[in-house]
Amino acid sequence: MAKLADWLRLVVLAGVAAVLAVPSFQAAAGVGLPKLERGKGEKCVEDTQFMRRNHMELLKHQRDDTMRKGIRTTKHSLKGCVECHAGSQSGSVAAGKDDFCMACHVYTGTRLDCWDCHATKPGKQSFFGTGAAAGQAAASPRNPAHNQGGGQ
Amino acid sequence: MSAPEKQETLQERREFLKAGAVVAGAGLASGVLVFGAAHSRPPEQAATADRRWGMLIDTKQCGDGCNDCVTACNTENGLDGKTGPQDSQWIRKLNIKDLRNGRVHELPMLCQHCEHPPCVDVCPTGASMKRADGIVLVDRHTCIGCRYCMMACPYKARSFVHEPLTEQNPEVPRGKGCVESCTFCVQRVDRDEQPACVEACNAKGHQAMIFGDLMDPESALSKALKSQASTEVRADLGLNTGVRYQGI
Amino acid sequence: MANENCINQAACRTPQFLMLLALGGLVMLGTLYAFFTLEHYGHVLTGMNNQIVWGLPHVFAVFLIVAASGVLNVASIGSVFGKKLYKARAPLSGMLALAMMAGGLAVLVLDLGRPDRLIVAMTHYNFKSIFAWNMIFYNGFFVIVGLYLITLMDRKLKGYSTPVGFVAFLWRLALTTATGSIFGFLVARAGYNSALMAPMFVIMSFAYGLAVFLLVQTAMYWWNGLTLDERVQARMEKLLAVFVAASLYFTVVFHITNLYFAKQWEFERFILLDGGIYTVLFWVGQILVGGIIPLVLLFSSAARKSMALVALAALLVILGGHAQMYVTIVGGQAFPLEMFPGYAESSSFHDGVVAQYSPSIWEFMLGIGGIGIAFLATTVAVRTFKFMPQDDFHALESGKD
Repeated sequence: MAKLADWLRLVVLAGVAAVLAVPSFQAAAGVGLPKLERGKGEKCVEDTQFMRRNHMELLKHQRDDTMRKGIRTTKHSLKGCVECHAGSQSGSVAAGKDDFCMACHVYTGTRLDCWDCHATKPGKQSFFGTGAAAGQAAASPRNPAHNQGGGQ
Repeated sequence: MSAPEKQETLQERREFLKAGAVVAGAGLASGVLVFGAAHSRPPEQAATADRRWGMLIDTKQCGDGCNDCVTACNTENGLDGKTGPQDSQWIRKLNIKDLRNGRVHELPMLCQHCEHPPCVDVCPTGASMKRADGIVLVDRHTCIGCRYCMMACPYKARSFVHEPLTEQNPEVPRGKGCVESCTFCVQRVDRDEQPACVEACNAKGHQAMIFGDLMDPESALSKALKSQASTEVRADLGLNTGVRYQGI
Repeated sequence: MANENCINQAACRTPQFLMLLALGGLVMLGTLYAFFTLEHYGHVLTGMNNQIVWGLPHVFAVFLIVAASGVLNVASIGSVFGKKLYKARAPLSGMLALAMMAGGLAVLVLDLGRPDRLIVAMTHYNFKSIFAWNMIFYNGFFVIVGLYLITLMDRKLKGYSTPVGFVAFLWRLALTTATGSIFGFLVARAGYNSALMAPMFVIMSFAYGLAVFLLVQTAMYWWNGLTLDERVQARMEKLLAVFVAASLYFTVVFHITNLYFAKQWEFERFILLDGGIYTVLFWVGQILVGGIIPLVLLFSSAARKSMALVALAALLVILGGHAQMYVTIVGGQAFPLEMFPGYAESSSFHDGVVAQYSPSIWEFMLGIGGIGIAFLATTVAVRTFKFMPQDDFHALESGKD
């Protein structure tokens, strides 16, 4: 019994060590820092260094505000991120591993499930122009500009 | 303050005004009136219980086999429009036939946006929620896909996403493993537009759906509800639905 | 190595033991394969749909959870009501309760649309939801029954077994009440929406749990080439008969009540007369196989002498229990939701028609995993720890018990 426990402990420790070591193996193997494509706008909504560390907090805060309270400010909106950061090749933030979100998330090995539900590509209708488009749509309910809802 | 209490206080305030107790009521009442008149809510402001979104559906106006509300909903929300047993349907045309005399009605059935929604009561994580302005939603960030809300809904208004999805409408996130249902097109309502189904119904000239604020006595919806008899589906459950029907 | 661990076994029978492990492991492999496949492709591979939202996995899971709380009764009768015969069986009862609860819960979790969000379920509670209360009860069950098991098995802590056992007893009653209420609180559906669901689930848990206990106990005695003392067997089989009869009684009251309410007639006609598979499962599965035949077997004079016959009765109760869960869970959803009483309904969303459900192999593999987990845990635990009942025949004979 005791022997088995010792053995098990060893296996578990070795496993944990291996898992922890994997990222450094990658670095040692010369996996370069992720190269990020520059966003479309002049500059990001917050300082780049700040965004690197805190984008998830901003997104989480905004997500609860929008989802639960109906607050629809645009500064920290995920849709805003996608508008600016969709890759020039793929048109998406997460279609391939070079796209904006994936480049870092693959590198750091952190899984994100935003894109299980959220669109990874900007809509055809400009996000920042919803006000004008909204007026248009109200005037003409069958406005095709409004029928951009993807999926078909 | 819970919604019924709020409603009661508002009612009281209005009666106050009628009674001419201006001195006592002016401060509060003017606030209410101004808010009732103002239509748009600025993006930085949260939805409040001063409004409750609702709908009145006139089944007499609902056209023969017309499916425009369903199509508009699918387009707006990025549903593929398939009707298999595992496919999502947020709004559907329901045909009902009176078993005693054979009289038939057609009506759109959608989430009834109850004041006391059973789906919200039963949700273990609180993902199924009612926004302050009465719109019942699923917070996909906390939905674990247990489907208990689907068991609880008296209107079969909810669907479960059985397959991975891509190419969603940026304004309408949807994804595998979560439950979803009609949102009253909350993304449109928040910028002062009508839900897609209502817009489509009006465009077709049927005018069978009126959408508006139940708390605002001046809204077309409140006026219509005041002047014509309407019914709640499963009124026996006492859920005080936001969607009402007339003509049945 | 394997031999060292077979404490308390008259015969180690290591090859057979390893075969049991392999069998359980094989089932678990299938379950894991099904889980990862479903996690990848979604529930589209299952027979579950927007009409039948809870299917085969829930039948297995709810049965295991209900039976898990029921199997603890054996310990409760010993600790709370001071019966020595049952006290000797308390550790086995506690261990089975934990093993089955783990199996049932695992299936529930693996079937979630977002099983990766288990942490959300554990950190966000909506206290109005009976489902959330169930999660608290299930988690607490592990803690309380775990402690209880320790007090039962550690000589120094034996003194605490009575108070802890009492807490465990109350906890398990609350738990099964809450589990029954998951269905009882569904206000909109004809098949549920009844306060009777809670006590009915409690009484059914007594029967299912004891049946599982008897089956496992028989297997353990048989494995070691022992025979159960006739007096012990007589007492336990009578208790099972009482529980099975009580379950039948509750079932009758439930349906009689429904038959009295005009609005429930259509549902009763569906379950009792023309519901196809659900009607068959109700009459043949739940009533005949799970109720009447076991009663006849248990009351027969042959049952006195035959361990096998009692085990057969217990097995039938378990099979009937699964039929009951299928009728309750799937049948209750298959019956169309009535939104407009007095109207016939039709739509593209399967309104007004009996919902179709044909389970796929995936959800079967997923569901059977619960039994797999319980089986593996029991097999290992019984071999490694002292779970074999140690009867004090002296007390039995002196009639003190």
